[in-house]
Formats: sequence, C-alpha cells, structure tokens
Amino acid sequence: MEQVTNIDSKLREFINDQFGDDLLRIEDFRGDISYHIKPAALVEICQALFDDETIDAKYLADITSVDWYGHEDASAGRFEVIYNFYLLLHNYRFFIKVRLEESDPKIASLTPIYATANWLEREVYDLMGIEFEGHPDLTKILTPDDLEGFPLRRDFPLTYEVPHFSFNKDDPPEVIK
Amino acid sequence: MGLEEKIPDSIILTTLDKMVNWSHKRSMWPFGFGLACCAIEMISSFSPHFDLARFGMEVMRPSPRQADLMIVAGRVSMKMAPVVKTLYEQMPNPKWVISMGACASSGGVFNNYAILQGVDRIIPVDVYVPGCPPRPEQLIEGILTLQKKLEGESVKDVRDEWGRRST
Amino acid sequence: MSTEQKELTLNMGPQHPSTHGVLRVIVTLDGERVIKARPVIGYLHTGIEKTMESKLYYKALPCTDRMDYLAPMSNNLGFCLAVEKLMEIEVPEKVKWARVCLAELTRLNSHLVWLGTHALDLGAMSMLLYAFRDRELIIDVYEACGGQRMMTSYIRIGGLSHDLPPDFEKKVRRIIKEIPAKLNDYETLLTNNEIFINRTRDVAVISAEDAINYGLSGPMLRGSGVKHDLRKASPYSGYENFDFEVPVGSKGDAYDRYKLRLEEMRQSLRIIEQALDGMPEGPYRAHVPGVVLPPKEDVLYKMESMIFHFKIITDGFKSPKGAVYQGIESPKGELGFYISSDGSNKPNRVRVRPPSFVNLAALPKLTEGGMFSDVVCAIGSIDIVLGEVDR
Repeated sequence: MEQVTNIDSKLREFINDQFGDDLLRIEDFRGDISYHIKPAALVEICQALFDDETIDAKYLADITSVDWYGHEDASAGRFEVIYNFYLLLHNYRFFIKVRLEESDPKIASLTPIYATANWLEREVYDLMGIEFEGHPDLTKILTPDDLEGFPLRRDFPLTYEVPHFSFNKDDPPEVIK
Repeated sequence: MGLEEKIPDSIILTTLDKMVNWSHKRSMWPFGFGLACCAIEMISSFSPHFDLARFGMEVMRPSPRQADLMIVAGRVSMKMAPVVKTLYEQMPNPKWVISMGACASSGGVFNNYAILQGVDRIIPVDVYVPGCPPRPEQLIEGILTLQKKLEGESVKDVRDEWGRRST
Repeated sequence: MSTEQKELTLNMGPQHPSTHGVLRVIVTLDGERVIKARPVIGYLHTGIEKTMESKLYYKALPCTDRMDYLAPMSNNLGFCLAVEKLMEIEVPEKVKWARVCLAELTRLNSHLVWLGTHALDLGAMSMLLYAFRDRELIIDVYEACGGQRMMTSYIRIGGLSHDLPPDFEKKVRRIIKEIPAKLNDYETLLTNNEIFINRTRDVAVISAEDAINYGLSGPMLRGSGVKHDLRKASPYSGYENFDFEVPVGSKGDAYDRYKLRLEEMRQSLRIIEQALDGMPEGPYRAHVPGVVLPPKEDVLYKMESMIFHFKIITDGFKSPKGAVYQGIESPKGELGFYISSDGSNKPNRVRVRPPSFVNLAALPKLTEGGMFSDVVCAIGSIDIVLGEVDR
C-alpha cells in the first residue's frame, strides 16, 4: 500500500510541477484518480509520462469517450475523452480526461507513442465522432459503411420502431431512446 | 396385386416424393457458420454429449456451395446482413434455413440500431428455434421438426418453390 | 511470361471456419508470405454499450453475458464490481468466495473452448470433441446455479441471484477430480506432438516491449514474459486470499501461450479448490435497502422488502454523480467497465474495455512477415471472441 501512495504523490507532483498551467483539476472519486487537463497539452504530458523512468507510463489500457449532451456539465465541453493508464511498475491506475467542444471535436492522436491507440481511437471516432489529428488510418471500424451519424452520441436514437399495423402504416417511424 | 408379385424381392416400389424426401431428410449437410453465442451451442449439439450425428447431420460444410441447411446461429448485424444474404444465395437448391435463437428470429434483447430485427427480413426461414441461446436439445428438436416438414413436401411443390425462391 | 513478383490480395472471412466467428482479414501476399494483414471487424456489432445506456443498472446486466459468451460469469462479475464500486456496496464474504469460484470455472470453460478450437484450426480435430465433452461438466454447474447453460446472469449487483445450489459442491468437486487427468491426456496429445510444435513454435511472436506498447493483456501479455495479472496486481473480490501462481512464457510465441493457458487451467483448479474449502457461511446478497434487491424469501413475507423490490425493479436506484472503472482479469485479459453516471437511475455511459479487441489489434504485428497458414494459428492463439470484439 505504501508504494501506491508513493507513486500517487509522485505523479501529482510531476504533473503539477511540469504541467501546472495545463492541469485543470484533480478528481478523486472512489479511489480512481483523474487528471483533467487542457486538450492541447495531451501529447506533451503523455510523452513526458512515457519517458520518465520512475513513472514509466508504458501501458495505455483504454481510450474512451463520454457524451454529456443536454447535461449541465456540457458547459465545459460536450465530449469527454478518457485515457486510462496502468503503471505496470507500480500496479497503479490513473486517468487523464480532456473536454472537447461540440463545434470542433478534435484532439491530437496518441498513435506515435502508443500502438494500441490506433484501434481504440478509430473506435472512438466511429462511435462518437471525435477526430484524432495525426492518426494514420482514421476510418470506420465497427459500424457499417453506410451508417450515418455516430451511434454513441446521446442524440442518436437507439432505434426506430417501424409501424406494422394498417391503422398507423403511414406514420413516420417511432424513435426509441 | 399384379406387378409386385412378379418383381424380385430386392426391388422396392415407392413414390418419387417419398424417395426424394427420405434421402433429403437423412443426409442434410448443415452449413458450419456461426455468428454469435448460439454458435457455441450449435457446436455443443455436434459434440459427443448431444451427438447430432444420430440424425444424419454431422457433416458440417465450411462452404455454402456444399450445404443444404443454413443454421443462422446468433444475432445478425446490419453489417453482416448482406453477407448472410449472399451466403444464402450461394447455397445450391434445395436449401433450408433454421433461425436459431431469439436474436436471429426477432432481434432478441437487442432492439437497437445495429441489429437486424429477425433474419426472416432478408431470407426465408423454415424453422424458428426459440431460446437465448437455445439448448442443444432444442436445436435438435428444431432439426427434427424440419425433417418432419420435409416429409410433407412433394417434388412438384419443391420445384415450384425453388423457382419462386431463386427469382 | 515475366517472373516479376506480384502481390496477391486475399480476402478471408467474414465467413471462414477458422476465424472463430465473423472476423474478416484482408491479407496481401507475396507468394506464401504475408506482407500486410488488415483485420476488418464489426460484423457482429451489437450496440451493447448503447443499449446499456438506455437500461436501468439491473436490466443492463444481461447484456454483459452476451459479449464474451464463453466467459459469461467474468463479464457479470466485472459489471457488478463496477456498479458496487459506484454505489459503495460491500458484499458478504460468502459472495466473494463464490464469485471467485465461479470466475475461475469460467476461465476453465473459456480455455477449454480455446483449446478445442485452436487445436482444430491446426488440424487436431479430436481435441474439439474432447474439450466440448469436458465443458459440459462446467455448463452443468452453470445450469444448476443460474438455470441457463450459458447466459446465466447469476452474479448480480450486490451478490448472487440465488443461493448456491445444494449440489454445487458435489458438482465442482467432480470437476476438480476429473479435469486434471484430462489435461494430462491433452498434454500427451499436443505438447510433444511434432506437428503441433512445428505449427506453433516461433509463430506469431511478439516481444515484451511490443506487447506492452500494443496494450495487450492476459495470456497474450504474459506469454511474452510480462508478469502482469490483475488478480495479483490489483486484487478484487478477495483474490488476495488465494494462493496461486501466475505462469509466464518466455518467447512470446503461440506455443508459449498454449503452455501458459494449460498451466492457468491448473492454477484455476487450485483456486477453485481453495474457494470450496474455505467457503464461509452467510447471506448470498448484501443488505442495502433501496439498492440491492432483497432476498426472494423476504419479498414474499415482509412488507418493506416487497416495496423495495417493487421500487428497484420499476425505478432502479439513483446513482451518485461520478465515474468509476473496474478492471478484472477475464480469461482473455483485462476486462474493464467504465461507468459514467450523471446522477440518474440509468448510466450515462458504459464503456467496456474489451480484451479481445485490443489483443486483436496486434494481429498485423503478429502475422506480417510470416507464412500465410500461420495467420490461422495467430488468430487462434490470440483467443478472440467476436461478440466482445465488436460488442
């Protein structure tokens, strides 16, 4: 346990010292530590964490995204992109979170540093419509080519119920949320 | 009765329908093609515990060109739907389809944008097997139901049916 | 006729007997050598994450079974642990032990199917039949617990759906007794089999550094010699109480991963035995009124329990605002659930960190430069389940 608290304070110190201006806040919820940062600093911070020998953030577990559509949180930016790091040396997990504006959901790609970012970013692009600049092959990965829109956005309906009965056959399809 | 008395014992007289149906029934080759969870139960029913070979079904064909029976085992996504249709069209006549499981039959629990709400929207289905996933016994029951259905078919009807299906 | 070398592009799948479902790989070949392999996925895209957003927490649980359908209990466990972390539910000791026991049975189940299908791809047909025969023992336990052969949804938020069945111990003891001898049989069939060795040794090799960079997990990562197992590294559900080894490979090839998975099965049996021996008595569900469903016996006889039951089923429970992540070591690797809650009774976003998806992304790395027939071996040794890759 001691080791964990060590790396925890070490990481806070590291990011505070070197990227104090880019760090918006540190959130601790149920033991999951998240660093909310400005999107522009993402690659720089990840590269620094990757290169630092004591932190050694070589393992990027996951990239995902959350849509805060129609929520009061959306004022900080509608889309949230979450980077999930696991430090193999210290058995410690932390998150880096960035907020992106609805009008321009773009962020730099992490593919130059982490090979795993390739597919994970493609998935986020496909399902949430966030563009990753500098990605070598940003194409659809899961949904069919003819599907328009981004399914995981909150304003994308879950499905349409097609009318089957004679009395409502001319009605437009009902939207299922 | 005339003719039968005169022919030797080694010759049996029957109708063409009975003969064709009998041979179809006991040598049906399923198409080894799994989509999702139900595929595992499909393999289970071919495995020693349930042993589908008892019903003349054990030869799984990996190619649609050699198969008579397509078991749609699992959910059909919108991306997979054109592929399933193509595979069905590649199968030679006569051909039959079993829709295995809730997802293939009706979309199951996944009433959403990604899943085709029933495979019968793209290909004709002969037997629906309910369950999520159906037990191997249920699949075997489904196959026996199909065999029973075959008994009632007539070569003439089947020919008309093929003509209708292939157009 | 010119002797100029020409590249050949070959399509494999989505219907192909050795792609374990509906994977499609577009392979560019120079003779027999693979120049480029590009997996195309999404043929089983089910929209599970989107569906879970539209359901109450309890009702989202059955969706998790249908992702990695070879390891349903692991998926249930991951989702329940994440929700329990969000709601700060402490489950009784007995539940923890039972969950560990079931999760390890699931690992056994998943590895058995892997063994059968992987060996089948490499030409050892009888292994499939053996593996599916043994799997029935485990399926029997599932059926006794959850009433279903595969999609059990037995592990629920705050506990289990019922108490363990009366013959649970007898059935699991039988597995502990019978499986080791069978594993030895399989080893005599495969481990020193020359064909098997030739097909898997030095095939689909990935170095430790690359494995980490590609974010691989589970046997794929450990096969390359990285000793990382979430059961040891960040214990959950009481795994710290169990004594087991984490096997690692050295070369990172398909043969190492085969040996490693077999060893993992033996270790799983060890854990199952410990879990059975030390299973404490107690309730099978946590007592958290308004969040965890009350036991069924109480619902029938107590007024409050019935009201809570009704409220939870119709309205669910309000979750605090925030986001949690819980990763578990599923048979395929790190399976994580990221649940983002906006304070309502439905999750705002459920993200599944799919181990098969991330592991499959390394397929080009594993196959490029190798022979074409080794692509099949590489796909088999990754141990993918398309239901989880595409979700």
